[in-house]
Amino acid sequence: MANIDTGGGEVQKGKPRKENLRVDFTPMVDMNMLLITFFMLVSTLSKPQVMDIAMPTDQKIEDDQAPKVKESKAVTLLLGEDDKVYYYLGKLDESAYSDYGVLKETTYSSSTSNEGLRGIILERNAEAVNRMRDLKLERAEKGNRMTEEEFNERSKEIKGDVNALTVIIKPMETSNYKNLVDALDEMQICSVGKYAIVDVTEGDEFLVQNYKTKGAFGASNLAPQGQ
Amino acid sequence: MAKIKKHSVFVDMTAMSDVTVLLLTFFMLTSTFLPQEPVRVTAPASVMEIKVPEYNVMNILVDLDGKVFLNIDRPEVRLEALEKMSAEYGVIVNERQKKVFLEQPFIGVPMNRLPAFLDLPFGEQDAAMREYGIPADSLDNQFTNWIQKAREIDGEMKITLKADQSTPYPLVEKVMKDLVRIKANRYSLVTVLRGAPEGF
Repeated sequence: MANIDTGGGEVQKGKPRKENLRVDFTPMVDMNMLLITFFMLVSTLSKPQVMDIAMPTDQKIEDDQAPKVKESKAVTLLLGEDDKVYYYLGKLDESAYSDYGVLKETTYSSSTSNEGLRGIILERNAEAVNRMRDLKLERAEKGNRMTEEEFNERSKEIKGDVNALTVIIKPMETSNYKNLVDALDEMQICSVGKYAIVDVTEGDEFLVQNYKTKGAFGASNLAPQGQ
Repeated sequence: MAKIKKHSVFVDMTAMSDVTVLLLTFFMLTSTFLPQEPVRVTAPASVMEIKVPEYNVMNILVDLDGKVFLNIDRPEVRLEALEKMSAEYGVIVNERQKKVFLEQPFIGVPMNRLPAFLDLPFGEQDAAMREYGIPADSLDNQFTNWIQKAREIDGEMKITLKADQSTPYPLVEKVMKDLVRIKANRYSLVTVLRGAPEGF
């Protein structure tokens, strides 16, 4: 193919030696393979990922249409400065404003112990996490027999369970975009289906101030009304 | 003594080379280049594995100071949006400037400065764009206007939001609020991949 054979095999005396002009393509193939690998990797790895979110409308919703959240199953995260997260459980009543202890502080730590954000959410959402894990195992076992739709359907069912955790994310002015994405990511990891990004209220600001000053702020300032 | 015939161990690689060149051409042609961004934005990491949609996307870029840039991937939509916008703001964009507009992947200057911006040499455009960003104040919100115009042309367009990870939240919140106000409630946040933790 790539060789030009220019004549007979045996070298005869007096006749000029015919050379075999065969070109070795092996290095060329090597180089091409490298280039292919490069293009394959670059074209798939360079694509960033996306995280789909749906924001609530700014229209006022009638009170009876507003989504109901089980108070005992709600966690409110206040994303603060320097990668700090403050959180409280359930709904706070008026008396909470005088007690700085209702607010707890944590970090975006990924440890599953009780310290970091992940541990806190995991502990409260253990049922959904376990069911999701079972579902994923089942999918791995069944292979192709479980369709993508079926999987999505069932994971939606697990995450939308009445007893599943509801997380309210309130990014404060001092937080940055990464904090928000980290918090949303944590929802994904911990199989939290019901979460919302909500504006910080005056009451929340008050709670954080109160927490930081260990109650001194709350003692000298009036608690906001009607929150 | 029987003579052992000498076989040549030379394998002809020509055919192999042909195949690899074909494959290489294929990969080179199918890979799409990411549009060059006027500002350097480091997206935060997440465990999400869904890739950015391939086609029909609007990408909103928010830099550290909250300046907003917009990229519409389909050129025909981009051109139509430009025509609508220039009609609304009374800005005249000539044919040559329109051509430059199509070559520049990002929109990032106020409408009244657009013709002058498009007359700049290509190399200086990024730097000029960095100074402005699309105005998104409540009085003159050209940013939402661009998006509304593009959505009028094609309502199916997906919106992605890419912001720098250390952008203060209020700046991002403003963009998100703007999107909700024009009823673009569903959009995607662009992130880079980080490995998912085991056992979840």
